[in-house]
Amino acid sequence: MECKHDNLLQIEDLSIQYKTGEGIVRAVNGVSFSLCKGQTMGLVGETGAGKTTTALGILRLIPDPPGKIVGGKIYFNGENLLQKPDGMMRLIRGSQISMIFQDPMTSLNPVMTVGEQIAEVIEIHEALGKKESLEKAKKMLEMVGIPGSRHSDYPHQFSGGMKQRVVIAMALACDPQLLIADEPTTALDVTIQAQVLDMMNQLKKELNTSMILITHDLGVVAEVCDTVAIMYAGEIVEYGSIQEIFENPKHPYTIGLFQSLPSLDVDTDRLKPISGMMPDPTNLPTGCAFHPRCSQRCEKCTSMAPPMVNLSEDHQVRCFLCEDVSEQ
Amino acid sequence: MQGITSELHTGRAKKRSLWLDIGIRVIKNKAAMVGFVILAVLILLALFADVIADYDTVVIQQDLANMNQGPSLEHILGTDEFGRDIFARIIHGGRISLAVGLVSVCFSLVVGGILGALAGYYGGRFDNIIMRCMDIFLAIPSILLAMAIVTALGSSLLNLMIAVGISNIPSYARIVRASVLTIKDQEFIEAARAIGGNDFRIIMRHILPNTLAPVIVQATLGVAGAILSTASLSFIGLGIQPPAPEWGAMLSNGRTYLRSAWHVATFPGIFIMVTILSLNLLGDGLRDALDPKLKQ
Repeated sequence: MECKHDNLLQIEDLSIQYKTGEGIVRAVNGVSFSLCKGQTMGLVGETGAGKTTTALGILRLIPDPPGKIVGGKIYFNGENLLQKPDGMMRLIRGSQISMIFQDPMTSLNPVMTVGEQIAEVIEIHEALGKKESLEKAKKMLEMVGIPGSRHSDYPHQFSGGMKQRVVIAMALACDPQLLIADEPTTALDVTIQAQVLDMMNQLKKELNTSMILITHDLGVVAEVCDTVAIMYAGEIVEYGSIQEIFENPKHPYTIGLFQSLPSLDVDTDRLKPISGMMPDPTNLPTGCAFHPRCSQRCEKCTSMAPPMVNLSEDHQVRCFLCEDVSEQ
Repeated sequence: MQGITSELHTGRAKKRSLWLDIGIRVIKNKAAMVGFVILAVLILLALFADVIADYDTVVIQQDLANMNQGPSLEHILGTDEFGRDIFARIIHGGRISLAVGLVSVCFSLVVGGILGALAGYYGGRFDNIIMRCMDIFLAIPSILLAMAIVTALGSSLLNLMIAVGISNIPSYARIVRASVLTIKDQEFIEAARAIGGNDFRIIMRHILPNTLAPVIVQATLGVAGAILSTASLSFIGLGIQPPAPEWGAMLSNGRTYLRSAWHVATFPGIFIMVTILSLNLLGDGLRDALDPKLKQ
C-alpha cells in the first residue's frame, strides 16, 4: 500500500522465533506491512497469533534468550532498526516509538508515584531536570483527564481505567511518532474501554501520532483504524484498508472472524465460531497454516504455502482461492 | 469525561505512601512494638554508656575485694570475678555487640545484594558462577568460616565485623536473587525497558526497591544472628579480647563460677537472649506488615 505522504514504518519479511526446550516456536513468520504518518493500523488475531511478538520486535524488546529476530527488516523513518546498536535503540524507545501495555495493573511500578514514573520518561529523553520533568508530568496527567495534584499518588490508589490513562500519559510524554498499543482496553470494562479509546483517538489526532493498535476486538478496529492486518499463526493472512476488509473480506479466516461476531440486524440463535484451535507454533501445519480449520480447503492448501495475492491497490490476501479469482 | 474528572477530585484516596502504610501496620502489631521498644532501650543504653558508667574507672578497673558479689544497690547486677560492675560492662558490651551486628549485616547486605541482583538480572553463566561460589560458602558452617577468617586476620573489632559479614553474604545473595527473578519478569520492567531505560536504571529504580520487603526482614533477623555469632566467637576466645567487655566473653568467663556466683554468667546471657528476641519480634512484625496478602 502506498502512502500519499511519507512512510513512517515499513516492515519487510520479519521473522521471530523462540528457542525453547520443546522446540522452536515460530511466533512471527515473514510479516510485511507499512504504516503512513498519522495513520492507525489494526493488528487483529487470536491469542498466540504473534501480534505482541511483532510489536515487541519493532522495539527490539524480544527477550533474548529464548527469542530472536531471525530475519527481515524494520525501517523506521527510512532507517533499519535491526542494524542499530543497543544504545541508539534506547534513545528511540520511549521518545520516538512508545508502547502501551495490555494490563495497566501490572505495567506500573508499585513503589513509585505515578508522577515520578511519567517524569522518568521525560528525564531519560529530554534535557530537563527533575523539577521540570515533574511539572511536565503533571501537565501530561491533566491531558489524560487526571488532576495534576494526584502526581504524588501511588498506582494502587488508582482504578484500572485511571491507571491505563497514566500509562497513556507515559507513552505520549515525549511526543512519539509511533505509538504501539497492545490491547490497551482488554483489561478494562466496557464503559471505560469507550472512554479510553475516545481519548486515545483524540490525543493521537492532536499530536499527529501514528499508531499500531493490537486487538482481537473488530469493533474497536472499526472505530479507530485506517488499515487492518489480520494475523494468523505468525503470518498476515489479509491486509488492506478498513473499508476493503470490513466490506469485502476474502480470506476464509477473516470471514470466519466476522461470522463469529453477533450482528444487530440479523436475529441469530447461535454464533458461528471458527471450528478447531490455533495450531501449535512449534509444529505448524504444512502448506497454508489455516488449512486444518478451513472449510474451503483444497489439496493444494495442505502441501503448498499460498503467496500474498494483490487483489487491488489496498487489499492483499494470502489464499489460493483468491489467486484463482485474480488470474481469471 | 467531565463527569469523571470531577469524580476524581471528590473520591480521592487518602494520601499515604506504601511505606507509611507498612509503618502503621507495624505499630498496630503489639509483639513487634514490644521488640521495637526493647531494642530502642538497648540502643539508648549503649549510646549513653559513657554517661552511665565511666569506661576506665568502672568497666575495666579491677576491684578484687568485691569479686563475685551478688546483685545489690551499689552493683545492681552484681560484680564479676575481678570485682567489676556487671551492669556497666553489659551496657558497654552492648556497644560492641550492636555495632558488630549492624555493621556486619550492612556489609553482607551490600555485597550479597549486589551479587544477588546481578546474578538474578543477567542470569545464564554469570548467575551460575556467582551462585555456585555462594553455594561453596554455604557448605561451610558459618561459625567455622568466621573462626577461620578471624584466625587468619587476627582478632580485632573490625576483623570480627568482616568475618561475621562475609559468612552471611550467601544468604542475602540468595534472597535478593530470588526476588529479582520474580520481579524482572513483570510487565512494569518491560515497560521500563520500553521507555528507554538502561540496565542500571532498571535495576536501581525499578527492581531493587521492589525487593526491599524480604531483604528488610532478613536483615532484622540477621542482626540477631550476627550478635549471636559475635558472642559465640568471643565465647571461644576469638572475638573481643579482654579486658574489653563483650557479652559472649562475659558469659564464657562467668560459666566457671556458675555454682558459686550464678549472676556472672546469667545476666550477659539474659541480655543476649532479650536482644535476639526483640530483633526477632520486630523482624516477624515487619514480615507480616510487608506481606501483601495480609493487607486489610
